[in-house]
Amino acid sequence: MVERRPLLDLMAHLVLLAGIAIVAFPVYITFVASTRDATDIIHGTMPLYPGTDFVANYMGALFQGSQRLRTTAVSTMMLNSLVMALTIAIGKIVISIVSAYAIVYFRFPLRMAAFWMIFVTLMLPVEVRIYPTFKIVADLGMIDSYAGLTIPLIASATATLLFRQFFMTIPDELVEASKMDGAGPVRFFIDTALPLSRTNIAALFVILFIYGWNQYLWPLLVTNSATMDTIVIGIKRMIVTSDAQTEWHIVMATAMLAMAPPVAVVLFMQRWFVKGLVESEK
Amino acid sequence: MQKVGFKGRFFPYVLIAPQILITLVFFYWPASQAVWQSFLIQDAFGTRVEFVWFENYETLFSDPLYFNALVVTVVFSTTVAALSLGFALLLAVMADRQIRGARAYKTFLIWPYAVAPAVAGVLWLFMFQPSLGIVAQQLKRMGVDWNYLLDGRQAMTLVILASAWKQISYNFLFFLAGLQSIPRSVIEAAAIDGAGPGRRFWTIVFPLLSPTAFFLLVVNIVYVFFDTFGIIDAVTLGGPAKATETLVYKVYSDGRLGGDLGGSAAQSVILMAIVITLTAVQFKYVERKVHY
Repeated sequence: MVERRPLLDLMAHLVLLAGIAIVAFPVYITFVASTRDATDIIHGTMPLYPGTDFVANYMGALFQGSQRLRTTAVSTMMLNSLVMALTIAIGKIVISIVSAYAIVYFRFPLRMAAFWMIFVTLMLPVEVRIYPTFKIVADLGMIDSYAGLTIPLIASATATLLFRQFFMTIPDELVEASKMDGAGPVRFFIDTALPLSRTNIAALFVILFIYGWNQYLWPLLVTNSATMDTIVIGIKRMIVTSDAQTEWHIVMATAMLAMAPPVAVVLFMQRWFVKGLVESEK
Repeated sequence: MQKVGFKGRFFPYVLIAPQILITLVFFYWPASQAVWQSFLIQDAFGTRVEFVWFENYETLFSDPLYFNALVVTVVFSTTVAALSLGFALLLAVMADRQIRGARAYKTFLIWPYAVAPAVAGVLWLFMFQPSLGIVAQQLKRMGVDWNYLLDGRQAMTLVILASAWKQISYNFLFFLAGLQSIPRSVIEAAAIDGAGPGRRFWTIVFPLLSPTAFFLLVVNIVYVFFDTFGIIDAVTLGGPAKATETLVYKVYSDGRLGGDLGGSAAQSVILMAIVITLTAVQFKYVERKVHY
């Protein structure tokens, strides 16, 4: 710092602490509610500290779901979310890394056309082509399947651009040397390009896992059967706006379970997360 | 720039095929369907289809409900962007002072990025639920007649708060990175010339940060347009009386009722035009950043 200003430093601490408190407040309330029984919540007299029903509520959510509304067990929902998030993240990375490799290391007719074709998909998010896409998935018989849930989301302009950018920075000498040693494109990819891309892959994985886990509109459209619900869709089904059917203690435990995996990924892979976030922004 | 490459006639096509196939089937085909259908009108029995040029668009623009969705979207996105950018900037400026624990503060501020929009909606819904939410009860004690299920303005406030909350971490991270890339020497020079912290912020830091702020503004608008669908669906379902129905939510809810295929397609095409414009603006900006 340019000069010492203890008062300003103190203010910075206070503002940051207040900021953290504001940001964390909704989650704290959710956590408290997830440890209390139904009556505490329904009467609106819930104290602001955790209660004693932690185990009962989480077990209830995980293995039964909302009994009154007969939803799927949250453990099934989490499994669906996990399959979807992993398939989307890994699928996007695999598909993008090989297409970027083709675009950078081969010369073939229509190479640039292919590149632009992938690039333009940036401008076609699901939200703008909801029903036509849904119709195609329905025609292909992919409703209510993991394939329908994931494959239409697996193309990725962002990841392809990122890998292309990265491959461009690999020095030509490395390619020359591998060729001298008799390595073909597959060898070079496995022995050199892939290991060098490790950090990029890790950074992208974090971002894409969160993206996949948090999908909402698409699963809402392509899954009808309750056993295919992801946790983000399932939690919505547990809330009934107009009457007192909602079992809030179970909903709040489910909300905590829905947040836990992506938040854990951000916190434990923070370095990759920040890198991924900054670089995937084109 | 062409790199040293490999030879192969079919192999590159094999590598690129999966991605191209998916974009063709799930991106280009539906998008072109939407464009084509937006020029068609189907009669009530679904037996005859007529090509009508821009009639669907004309109907749309003279529809007060579509105009309403447009106004809702603009109000929603500007408020969320202003709120979230302002709050994030304040926090980032504070975290940029080299104080103890700055890294810990950062960790505690970035995690809401990972919360799904629909789940963020549920958290805020619970606090503001008219009969049992703790904030709602506090508001009632203060004499506010809080019921977002009936009052459109209150519903809007609630989805704005939830959306801005979720976006703080993203804005914070980018503002912090922007602040840390400002050369210390410039700030020190100003300090030697006698400029205090406030003056330094407004005359040096803030102008140098404006490209970041502009970039974030565009990203935030895109976020509100497309990623807040989950929040709206969880909290208000677009209501009450369509007070929180954004353009994207309207495409979804109109299509669910079925029927007007052409009108729904026309709405999609307009959204596509909006995304293309926003992406173009964003890229133009990124190009400028290279020259800085």
